[in-house]
Amino acid sequence: MTDSISMTQPEASQEGVPGLVEDWSADKQTFPVPWGKAMMWIFLLSDTFIFTIFLTAYMNVRMTTTVDWPVPSEVFALTIFGNHIPLILIAIMTFILISSSGTMAMAVNFSYRRDRKKVAILMLITAAFGLSFVGMQVFEWSKLILEEGVRPWGNPMGAAQFGSAFFMITGFHGFHVSIGVIYLTVVALKVLRGDYDKKGNYEIVEITGLYWHFVDLVWVFIFAFFYLW
Amino acid sequence: MSEAIQPSPEQTHDEGHPISVYLKVWALLFVLSTLSYLVDYWDFQGILRWSLIITFMILKAGFIIAIFMHMAWERLSLVYAILMPPLVLLVLIALMASEANYTFLTRLFFFL
Repeated sequence: MTDSISMTQPEASQEGVPGLVEDWSADKQTFPVPWGKAMMWIFLLSDTFIFTIFLTAYMNVRMTTTVDWPVPSEVFALTIFGNHIPLILIAIMTFILISSSGTMAMAVNFSYRRDRKKVAILMLITAAFGLSFVGMQVFEWSKLILEEGVRPWGNPMGAAQFGSAFFMITGFHGFHVSIGVIYLTVVALKVLRGDYDKKGNYEIVEITGLYWHFVDLVWVFIFAFFYLW
Repeated sequence: MSEAIQPSPEQTHDEGHPISVYLKVWALLFVLSTLSYLVDYWDFQGILRWSLIITFMILKAGFIIAIFMHMAWERLSLVYAILMPPLVLLVLIALMASEANYTFLTRLFFFL
């Protein structure tokens, strides 16, 4: 950006543990990243705690119930063209979310090169993947509520806590995805309009990317612990 | 805080990694997800099932954090500040698991 950076930033910062000590003890800003990025990381850290508490609560109710837990593999099975495939909807949702993370990572990469069009297009593709994920979740929820009769206080398949854990965890994750879709769309449209060329910095794309990858990351844990376990 | 001392992303880590890195990690995440789906599809049970699920989960999470979220290229000050605090969650999980065992045994004792 400007010459003043090279003057305030030491030319060769140390790496490794000496660098860690230097970052914390030297008379300078501790995290050598844009402040927005550091704040997003700290927000994601707090979100990690929220999701872990949900998953721990789920672990607790699943371990303590004396009634059999419904088999997720069967609950989330679909019959497609006459074939009964276990957990297929969740598998598709997983692949969609991973693909959206892939396109987002590429958008961030193009943002370093300030390739306005490619950044905007890749971000909009990411948002579209996110929207289809939420759409499939709506389908999953309505099937469970209307056809299978799952309620937060009970269900016909087994332990009553299944419903509350399911709605709480996937609901909170779906809420994150929905917010992410809005966030991505807003930033993508601003990129397209050239707002960040005027400011001369694209770091918001990387920050949005962090949020989006985190949503994918949380799904990895939900997929493992809620659907596969 | 003035704009001038904010390092731009280009200076904090390499601009250099090509798109192919992301495509490779993307493919790898697809493979790992397929494998974890197959654990369910082939209906593995017991320790084998749980260890495979955990292994694939940790690998996927690691690649997302390290490559997609660029943690591998951040300085240790940020890496430690973000990755260390969640370790206390392991204590919470351990405590809740032991509590759950106790609750379960008590329920068996009183209700069955």
